[in-house]
Amino acid sequence: MIKIENLNKAYKKNQVLKDINLELEKNKIIAILGPNGSGKTTLIKSILGLVIPQKGNIIFNGQSVIGEWEYRNKISYLPQIASFPENLKVSELIALVKDIRQQDVEDEHLIQYFKLDEELNKPLRNLSGGTRQKVNMVLAFMLDSPVIILDEPTVGLDPVAISRFKSLLKEEKAKGKLIIFTTHIMSLVQEIADEIIFLLEGDIYFQGSVEELISQNGSSKLESAITNLIEKSHA
Amino acid sequence: MLKILKYSLFDLVRSNWSIAYLTFYLLVSSSILYMNGDLTKSIISMMNVILLLIPLVATVFGAIYMYNSREFSELLLSHPIKRKSIFLGQYFGLAISLSLSFIIGVGLPFIFRGIFGSPQLSNFLVLIGVGLILSFIFSLLSFFVALRFENRIKGFGLSLFIWLFMSIIYDGLLLLILIWFESYPTEKLAIALTLINPIDLGRVLIMLFLDTSALMGYTGAVFYKFFGAWQGILISLSSLLVWLILPLYLLLKYTKRKDF
Repeated sequence: MIKIENLNKAYKKNQVLKDINLELEKNKIIAILGPNGSGKTTLIKSILGLVIPQKGNIIFNGQSVIGEWEYRNKISYLPQIASFPENLKVSELIALVKDIRQQDVEDEHLIQYFKLDEELNKPLRNLSGGTRQKVNMVLAFMLDSPVIILDEPTVGLDPVAISRFKSLLKEEKAKGKLIIFTTHIMSLVQEIADEIIFLLEGDIYFQGSVEELISQNGSSKLESAITNLIEKSHA
Repeated sequence: MLKILKYSLFDLVRSNWSIAYLTFYLLVSSSILYMNGDLTKSIISMMNVILLLIPLVATVFGAIYMYNSREFSELLLSHPIKRKSIFLGQYFGLAISLSLSFIIGVGLPFIFRGIFGSPQLSNFLVLIGVGLILSFIFSLLSFFVALRFENRIKGFGLSLFIWLFMSIIYDGLLLLILIWFESYPTEKLAIALTLINPIDLGRVLIMLFLDTSALMGYTGAVFYKFFGAWQGILISLSSLLVWLILPLYLLLKYTKRKDF
């Protein structure tokens, strides 16, 4: 579905992505992991066209998308920081996204699901961080896009919302979608990810299933397996 | 573009900033009208307020808005819209909300004093027009600077320096240059230097319209002598438009290759 070829990105002299080659297939939940500054967000943003790579190609459904914008109507994105115009109401923000996308939208169900009914007419500046993240979720999941990209989705969510988020992800995957997410919470990865892509200093250091990662690095838990993986790389 | 414009305007006109700005203009223009008692004098006093304050407020407002909406711009960029539409929409939303506060804040008190029935109407409209152009130019400059520099302190610093340079330092430099080259003919130099400062252009434009040569200052007088009133008006107006179109073109070019 998404194919990345020889992707290179540097911010001035700082090489963030080094010759990344990847193929992402639909009907999968893929976790992109790695320490801070390893290039996770840059990789995601290149797929979205927010970051313009110096070299390489990104192919979406068979077509190169560098410099294009129409392909983004097949992608839903949940940004890392939920920051919205302060004086808009929640309902107006949802209307804005509907206005831009001009496609079938299923928002009422999600608003109830995340219990946002009572917040709809409040200005966004009055919402707490967690509630804003729920609004962010509604904006990302209300569009029925074949690709969903989530940048640290669980930040600020309460346990109830996290468990709802997980079941939502499983529902979406059952529809045959490609879901890509980054996180630092290993239990979440172990529970829902089909595939792990581990980035280290701009390189793909490991790609495979959770089981493979655990068995290769001699530990029963994902967290310690990854610690072992990073320590091996420094050796 | 219009969709983005609509919602950023919704957002901005409700902000406390816009309301404070509107109230400020209501107060200033009412008190100037009250103290002067005469429309022509009030227009000239308002001109001095506008030439100093509009660029400052537009600069500060533009930078604050751009920095506050940075993450939201990222969200918009992930949707299927062109970059050009997003940033044009945001910029026009910003410039229009500033302009609305200005038009209402200055317009209402003058309307109550009967500007519509008076012979001063055309001069008043020129005042409003110059205020609008300056709002658009300076909010554009700071919008651009804030987009270019991710570091807020750098961005604010540079934006404010542009304002300070255009409105204060520039006049001093102009004066110094004219004193240094006292013994040479400096008219052409003065004209060229005026063309590169939008605030000065605004001042010259209003003065040429009001036809108050005593208040023109050196550059205004040179303009008048050199071009005559109408040609001077035309030239200063078109230079102001260049100040709007050129940065807008550069902004759009820049957004194409920017990483977010």
